[in-house]
Amino acid sequence: MADHGRRRFLTYLVAAPTLALATQVGADAVAPATAEAVIPTLPAPADLVDLGDLLILAGAPTAGMLVLTIGEDGLVTFRLPREEVGQGLTTAVAMLVAEELDLGLDRVRVELDDARPELLFNQMTGSSNSIRSLYGPVRHTAAAARARLLSAAAQRWGVSAKDLRTRDGAVLASDGRSASYGSLSSEAAAPDLQALTATPKPESAHTLVGTATSRIDARAMVTGRQQYTLDLDIPGAKPCMVRRPPSVNGTVESVNNEAAVRAMPGVLDVVEIPTGVAVVAETFGQALDAKNALDVTWGPGTVDAFSDDGIRARLKSATAPFVVPPLLTRHLDAEFDFAFVSHAPMETNSAVADVRPDRATIWSGLKTPIVARESIAAALGLPLSKVTVHVMQAGGSFGRRLFFDAALEAAQVSKASGRPVRLMWSRIDDMRHGRMRPATHHRIRATYAGDEVLSFEHRVAAVETDFRHGLGEMITSVAASLPPGIGNAGLAQTLFLTTVKSPYHFGLTTQLLTEVPLKMHTGSWRSVYSANTRGAEEIFVDELARSLGKDEVEFRRTFAKSDRARAVLDKVAEEGQWGRSMPEGRAQGIGLHEEYKSCTACLVEIDCGDRGHPRVTKAVIAADVGRPINPRGIEAQLLGGLTDAISTTLRAGLHIDRGLPLEGSYSQFHYARQKDSPPEVKIFVMPADGEPGGAGELGVPAAVGAIANAFARATGTSPRSFPIHFDVDFTPFPR
Amino acid sequence: MPSHTFTVNGETVTVEAPDDLPLLWVLRDLLGIRGPKYGCGIDVCKACTSHLDGEAVRPCVVPVSTVAGRQVTTIEGLADGDDLHPVQEAWLEQDVAQCGYCQPGQIMAAVALLKRTKNPTDADIDAIANVCRCGTYFRIREAIKSAAAKMR
Repeated sequence: MADHGRRRFLTYLVAAPTLALATQVGADAVAPATAEAVIPTLPAPADLVDLGDLLILAGAPTAGMLVLTIGEDGLVTFRLPREEVGQGLTTAVAMLVAEELDLGLDRVRVELDDARPELLFNQMTGSSNSIRSLYGPVRHTAAAARARLLSAAAQRWGVSAKDLRTRDGAVLASDGRSASYGSLSSEAAAPDLQALTATPKPESAHTLVGTATSRIDARAMVTGRQQYTLDLDIPGAKPCMVRRPPSVNGTVESVNNEAAVRAMPGVLDVVEIPTGVAVVAETFGQALDAKNALDVTWGPGTVDAFSDDGIRARLKSATAPFVVPPLLTRHLDAEFDFAFVSHAPMETNSAVADVRPDRATIWSGLKTPIVARESIAAALGLPLSKVTVHVMQAGGSFGRRLFFDAALEAAQVSKASGRPVRLMWSRIDDMRHGRMRPATHHRIRATYAGDEVLSFEHRVAAVETDFRHGLGEMITSVAASLPPGIGNAGLAQTLFLTTVKSPYHFGLTTQLLTEVPLKMHTGSWRSVYSANTRGAEEIFVDELARSLGKDEVEFRRTFAKSDRARAVLDKVAEEGQWGRSMPEGRAQGIGLHEEYKSCTACLVEIDCGDRGHPRVTKAVIAADVGRPINPRGIEAQLLGGLTDAISTTLRAGLHIDRGLPLEGSYSQFHYARQKDSPPEVKIFVMPADGEPGGAGELGVPAAVGAIANAFARATGTSPRSFPIHFDVDFTPFPR
Repeated sequence: MPSHTFTVNGETVTVEAPDDLPLLWVLRDLLGIRGPKYGCGIDVCKACTSHLDGEAVRPCVVPVSTVAGRQVTTIEGLADGDDLHPVQEAWLEQDVAQCGYCQPGQIMAAVALLKRTKNPTDADIDAIANVCRCGTYFRIREAIKSAAAKMR
């Protein structure tokens, strides 16, 4: 669209992102890092190869199929095969492109790529993996473009490209001549141009990458111009909402007042789809009124017999036994429970669809657009080539937009109604029929003697996490959809083992997951298994330290596997004045976490003076993400992780009652507000050292531990069930 | 169908709509003004926060019939052309937004607060109940303090 009339050149580069990293890190991890005084723990699978490594490997064959365009106006456009949901990826990628091309950041545009099935495993956004998987390929692509610009200028001027340099969007010759990138773009695109070998800049030469940079879309956001899916103006597209069943996965048996609803003001159509009854109207207000007026007879859902108590009992009975008997040593045992949690992104599930007899176009915020396109084509009975899926920037995700249910529904309604539709989920539906982080039960045992921890066992039982989006395309999606015990369960074990690891040398260490398959709408929620699994472990580590008579920070320092972990601990202990005296009812708490080649420590202070409303008053966070691209964006991610942890540890969760969450809005699902947020926050991103690690989910588990630990120390209690304050303090909406 | 005339961002508009149609849908679906966002529809998340005669309201619960003859300001009407409001400038300076979806409402709530008090306390800022699911609250707090300092 925007490219009309603009000549440009494209760069397709067969890059080869090295996998030496995985091997290297594996070798490092095998060696017990320090700790002559502690009993070393063998590396866990995630120490050797983590999920991100696997995803990079899966994406490697297509990692070079990135598209960068330079227009005659000198603007550089990069087509990003990932989703932006607020994590700041477009800004970080724009920085990489600007850096490599010696170009002002304001000259770089990053557009979200349409679903491109040829990218196979390389168009899924998740697992904190975007920067890890794109860091090399984006730089290689931009470096190739720079090499072509240099060669084009060399050819034009009859000089050697080696004598030319680039600065501020132009190629410069030593004699003072210069040519802007825009003026060189068509010559640089000439197929017969002999270009230099392209090598990205050495990192030591970076001047933009690694510096604190504001979001490239910040101005659009503060002026209301940032477009989300339902802000698009697609000609003729009418508002649409869906009436959903009174319990999860319930079915439509009959619509009893269709004629009356069709006669309501503004109503254009009433359409039955597999997930409910859709109403199309002139405005969303009218669609909402009409869907609420529908009288539908519903068939049962898939978990109608289940409420929280029953689910918790199932989880407890499914928890695998310990193997180390506590007979000859001292030991500590603890059990923890975590409730279901809604993703609850601010922008509810939404999509625009324009389905015609011979083609379809879809717009939606999608983290797995390839499998979305493949599934929608199949559902509509159209060839894949006739379905276009545009990826829209989204109003939050936290894992939610790995699923493309709104896009599929919009396509179904548009086909049935014969008109384009803008489909939006109500907030109540988004919370009750949307995705959830599964409830989990944890049993942890450590044995110890003297100052040594001899063993550490963690048994996790979780309601099955749905990974049926696969790795973002159909093959692994279908594999994940195989019957229970074969498909999703295998993927779940792989994800657990490649993401969860203990950062401590606690002797014999085992972490095991047992899943309880229930047909509910679950899904990965920021930091997936780690928020609960590692959060519980950090609470347990505090109690273990006290059992051994040790200071909680010093204990972690002693047993930490890595110097990086000790460095972030030291940073927050110093900056947060660990151990300072606190008034009655207030305390500090500490947490540590490592994942995806990064590590972080979090120190919080909590005020529990008002027992019913504990408030985190201060947070100090340090993170080592290997090589930070945009420290300001990473700080934002850590701040978000902190707020997630405050919410889910203290007050935010979902109660399941006879097959449906009771919570239906933010007045009931108590995600933190400003009054729950600390007025003092300090975040430190450690200096660059090595390759970029993951940062998007990193902040949650350490903060969960820190907050629970501060609460325990302030109140003299041992919190075991989360969120800590979890009363049904509201009247649920009607089903 | 009843007709309603009022002012939006300085322009007089007339719409045909049922009396009880929430202003949010009049703005978004009939007038194409899409800065105010839907997040709950019941004045809980406050993502749609806009101004009615200079005071913060939530258009999702304001029937269109009640705004006749009055001044509605949405996020689109806050800046003076390319000159941003100091609160918007402060939002840029602190790089507040993550997904950005709640931020038009957050900014309109902050502007209304600074109209009421030039020196907002932490307690005043705590009273802003707009949900930010990305958890940007600390930066929002810093931005409000920064804007307040510049507007004094």
